[in-house]
Parts: sequence; structure tokens; C-alpha cells
Amino acid sequence: MAAVTVLEAVRGALAEAMERDERVLVLGEDVEAGGVFRATDGLAKRFPGRVIDTPLAESSIIGVSIGLAHYGMRPVAEIQFADFIHAGFDQLCSEASRWCYRTCGDAWLPMVVRTPWGGGVHGGQHHSQSIEAYYGHMPGIKVVVPSFPADYRSLLLAAIDDPNPVLFLEHKRTYRLIRQELEGAPAETVIGRSRIVRRGDDVTVIAWGLMLHESLAAAEQLAAEGIGCTVVDLLSVQPLDRETICEAAKATGKVLIVHEDTLTGGFGAEIAATIAEHAFEFLDAPIRRLCGPDVPAMPYHHAMEAFFMPDRERIAAAVRELAAY
Amino acid sequence: MASATNSETAGGAHPGYPLTRAQLLQMYRYMVLARRLDERMMTLQRQGLAAFVIAGVGQEAAQVGAAMALRPGVDYLAPYYRDLAVNLVFGMTAREAMLNALGKRDDPNSHGRQMPAHWGNRERRVVTQSSVVATQLLHAAGIALGARLRGEELVVFASCGEGSTSRGDFHEALNFASIHRLPVIFFVENNGYAISERTEKEMAVPHVADRGRAYGIPSAVVDGMDAVAVYQTVKAAADQSRRGGGPHLIEAKCYRLWPHSSDDDDTRYRPRAELEEWAKKDPLVVLRGRLMEDGVAADGELAQLEAEVEEEVREAAQWALRQPDPAPEDALGYVFKEGG
Ligand SMILES: Cc1ncc(C[n+]2csc(CCOP(=O)(O)OP(=O)(O)O)c2C)c(N)n1
Ligand SMILES: [Mg+2]
Repeated sequence: MAAVTVLEAVRGALAEAMERDERVLVLGEDVEAGGVFRATDGLAKRFPGRVIDTPLAESSIIGVSIGLAHYGMRPVAEIQFADFIHAGFDQLCSEASRWCYRTCGDAWLPMVVRTPWGGGVHGGQHHSQSIEAYYGHMPGIKVVVPSFPADYRSLLLAAIDDPNPVLFLEHKRTYRLIRQELEGAPAETVIGRSRIVRRGDDVTVIAWGLMLHESLAAAEQLAAEGIGCTVVDLLSVQPLDRETICEAAKATGKVLIVHEDTLTGGFGAEIAATIAEHAFEFLDAPIRRLCGPDVPAMPYHHAMEAFFMPDRERIAAAVRELAAY
Repeated sequence: MASATNSETAGGAHPGYPLTRAQLLQMYRYMVLARRLDERMMTLQRQGLAAFVIAGVGQEAAQVGAAMALRPGVDYLAPYYRDLAVNLVFGMTAREAMLNALGKRDDPNSHGRQMPAHWGNRERRVVTQSSVVATQLLHAAGIALGARLRGEELVVFASCGEGSTSRGDFHEALNFASIHRLPVIFFVENNGYAISERTEKEMAVPHVADRGRAYGIPSAVVDGMDAVAVYQTVKAAADQSRRGGGPHLIEAKCYRLWPHSSDDDDTRYRPRAELEEWAKKDPLVVLRGRLMEDGVAADGELAQLEAEVEEEVREAAQWALRQPDPAPEDALGYVFKEGG
């Protein structure tokens, strides 16, 4: 089998889910025509009536999905860019995340909201955002952030099967950049687990999305220099796999967390706090975070965009510093 | 409490009415029950036994008239907090209403996890609602879309106050439902106020119905103090909607006879004279008068019904006060649904 891209893995999983369960529907802006990234290409033709174009209104897309899920359908909503999901924040935060809690399990919502996030495509301030910190702060909604095509496939299928709302984050820069042979590749099927994807003795790097791939590239480079990295693919923000994170931290005693999102209040803070609470005695250096700078959003011009986003060089530099500590 | 009302006139309508004598009595009974429950809840609040009350006093005709035009068990409700009477028609008992008012462990709506009057009951097809106004209107559109896709014939009754029609979700829901011609009845209980703000501060058009028309939705204004008129309007709209006629908006003009909630002091913003004017149109008094005038029931029969309801509410409150509270650690759990 040929290697597939992230985008092909997503599209394939959608088709697979629609094939095996009639209740699965796709809805969002431009999805009938295939969507702006072509993630839903061909689905409208293959599954007539089950791919539904919505008006350009994000609260509608999420609010209507809540109704569909409550009724017994399995909606998979697409928000065209993560940056535009905030108009639906209320529906996610005040409604979807509390549906099961506020009824003591009398009602629940098997729904998925997929959305492309992240920078590196010259998307400027409103097509580059990381949103995991906002939406990872809502117990009641699962937030999934895969990095490899095989996990995109298996976790999207798991998300669609899950009886709870799942926010499924797809890093748009990796859509066509990252390829993987699905057969034989590790594929997580349980939402809420992280995976150690590389083992080394000196420094632990925790990342997700494009930054995971940059971290792996840095680790490769560092290995040649004699610095060994343990690398954690986070996979899930909510629930957070505290056990795997702490196990990886303990393995080296030195931790670097890398994310594109801005530093203050970014999800790295939660991971750092988790390690400080549960693995403090194993640490040999302060936990470090390599993140976007504290400016409101990622700027457009490629020079500034590159400045904003951590990359393999800066990751390698940060690891070297930690290794020397 | 009698079982859920059948909206069809089985035994033959009472002359001049679209409902049978039994249904008319049932209508009056639901209205009295809702009123007595609200009054008892407020008493409990004044006694320090209930923390918060938000009542539907003045809106019972709108609520019962509308709900009796629906099909409990088939149709969905996406109600708002004042809709106690709507829920009664859909099967909520006086005891359950009291459990809810007291935030008791066994309240079927939320088991003490939400403030009172946040309804929800999956089996009765009452959609759980939050405090955030108008969000439920989009859920209603989604349910209606699901029913359409599955080929189930039903309507979704989605209600809110007139102030809530200023929110984006109201407009998005109307737009979505109209585009897909979904079976949703948007029922707006225009009681003249959003807390202290009069309707003029909420919209630059005279009627909420004007807003509905902008989305291509047939929109009617009905006298919300007249239960029978509301019944007729909602029944006609729901029958059309159920058969593929698309959404309808119905604005029931009524009046909030009480302050916004047990925490509100309406003397700060509402002229007494206005309140007294509307109090003369109290929907319970109006319906009672009509039922006697039109020979539906005699004074004695209605008085007996009222006494029964009074006793039912008294008993329900006494019973509910003795029911267990949630344990502190009941704050945990049900964050996620297991299995599925
Ligand atoms: C989105 C939102 N904003 C503010 C509030 C606080 N609030 C609760 S009820 C209310 C007034 C609602 O008025 P209306 O829609 O006319 O309904 P009524 O209470 O008059 O029946 C307000 C402002 C809220 N619950 N939700
Ligand atoms: Mg009002």
C-alpha cells in the first residue's frame, strides 16, 4: 500500500465511518463541494443527503450538530478554520461540554467537530491559530490532536464512535506534508492516550501537530551529536494522559514542551504543572517551554511567521541547553 | 395528575371551541396547577427553603395553549425557563416540579446540578437547556433536521422570551430552519420585559413576528392571554409543519405579572399602573370566566378542581421537602458518557 497523507487519512476515515454507520453525517461550510482543504471530497456524491452544506454561521454548525446528536445522529461538523470556531464557543462551552453532566447522563452527544488549526501556511492572524488551550479547558469535551496519518484515521474513527463531543484538531500545514504507510504503523484507538514515539536518555520533548514532526527532526539531528531524546506525541489534550507524560519525564529528568500557541496560558503550562506535581523528584533541570511569543496572533509575512513558530533548529538549541544543564 | 393530553378532539368539540369539554377543563387545570406551583415555590423561597424561583405567572395561557396543541411523546420540546406549564402538559408531575425547585437529588431534570427551571428529560423528549438564552433554538433545528433525515413525523417546539430574540442564535436558528424547511415551531413569549428592558430596547420593529418574516418564515401574533386562541394558532402551525410545511414563528403577546425572578425588584423599573392594567387580564381569571359564561363548567365544579390542585401542590411540596439532597460528592461524575 502507498503512503497516505494526513488529508487522505482524514477523508478515508470519514468515508469509512459513513459506510459502516448510516447515522454518520457531515456538515459544514462548502463540504458538499469537498471543502476548502478537500477533506470531504467525493463524499457528497458517494453518500447522497448525508453531506450537508450549512450557512456561514459557526454557532449554527455546532448548535445544529448538538441537536442532531441529541436526536441520535452522529454528526461530524467541519469548522473551516479553527480561527472561526469561537463564534461557536458558547455552544461548545455552555452546551455541548455540559450536556451529559447537567443531566447526570440522561442525555449525551455523540458528535465530532473537526477543524484545521496551526500555522506555517501564510494564513496570517486568522488562519493560523492554535486553539487547544481554550477548548482543552472544558471537561466534557474531548480534544484530540493527532500528528501521524495512521492516528488521524484511527482517532477520527474513535471520535465518531465516541458518545461524547470530540473536538478533532487537524494541523493544516501537515495535511499534505506528512505521509505514512498505514499498514503496520502504530495507530491509537483510545482517545486520551499519549505515545512515546522515540526513546533517548538525555532530554524529553513533548509536542503535537507540526511541532511533533519538527521535534522528531531535531531529535534525529541531536542523535548524531550524541544527545538522546525521548519524544512524546501528545495525541490528546482532554483527557490528558498524565501517566505517559510523567513516565517520559522521569525517563530523562529534563523536559522541553514545544507548542505553536503563545506561551502564557498555553497548554504547555498544564503539562508543566502536571510534571512538577507528579514527577518533581525526578527532575534534573527546570521544565522548559518553547512556544509562540506573547503577541495576539501569528503575523502574516513569512519572515515574521517563521519568527513566531518554533522549528527544528530552535528545538535542537533548546534541547542542547537542557542537556548541558 | 391526568395523563398527557391528546390534542385531537375525541369526544366532539364544545360548541364554539376547538376543544372538548374535558380538554377545556384539562387546560384550565394545567394553568391552575402551574400557578399554584409557582406560588408555593415563592413561599418556600421566602421561607428560606428554596434558593431561587423564576416563574411563569401571567404566561400560563400562552404555555398551556401551545403545549396542548402538541403531541407529548412524539414532539420535542426545547423550552425556556418560564415554561413550567409546558412541561406539565408533557408529563412533569407536581412532585417533580417541587424536586426541581428545591434542587433535590431525584429531580429528573438535573438532579440538583442546574438552577431550578432548567428543564430536561430525554424520555419525555424535553431537551436539556442551559441558562444561556436562545442557544436551544439551534438544538431544535438540529433535532428537526435529524427527524427529517430519519423520516419521523414530528415538530420541535422551541420557545424563548422576546428579549432573547436579539441574540445571534435566534437569528441563526430561524435562518437554518427556514433554509431546510424544518418542522420547528418557534414560540416567543413576549411578556413585555427582558428583566428591566422593555421591548423597544430589544428591537426597532414592533413585533418579533416581523423578525421571523425576514427569514421567510410564516409568523403570527397571537393574544397570549387567551389559551384557546394560542391553542388554535399553534395547532394550525404545527399541523402544517409536521407535514413538511417548514417552520413557523408564533409570538404570544402576554405579560410577566411577577418580577423577573425571586431576586428582582421590579418597582425600580415598572409602573404600578401598567401592572394593574395587565392584572385585570390574568389568563386564569379570563379562562375561568369564559368557561362559566359558555356553559363549559359551573362555578362549583371549577372550585372543586381548584381545591384538588391546591391539595396536590401542598402534598407535592411536603413530600419534596422530605426527599434527599444530593451528597456533596455528587458534584463529580457524568462528565463523560461511558460506553454509548
Ligand atoms: C446570553 C444571556 N445573557 C444574559 C442572561 C441573563 N438573563 C437571564 S433572563 C434575561 C432576560 C430574558 O428576557 P426575555 O428573553 O424577554 O425572557 P423573559 O425572562 O422575559 O421571559 C437575561 C438578560 C442570560 N441568561 N443569557
Ligand atoms: Mg420577556
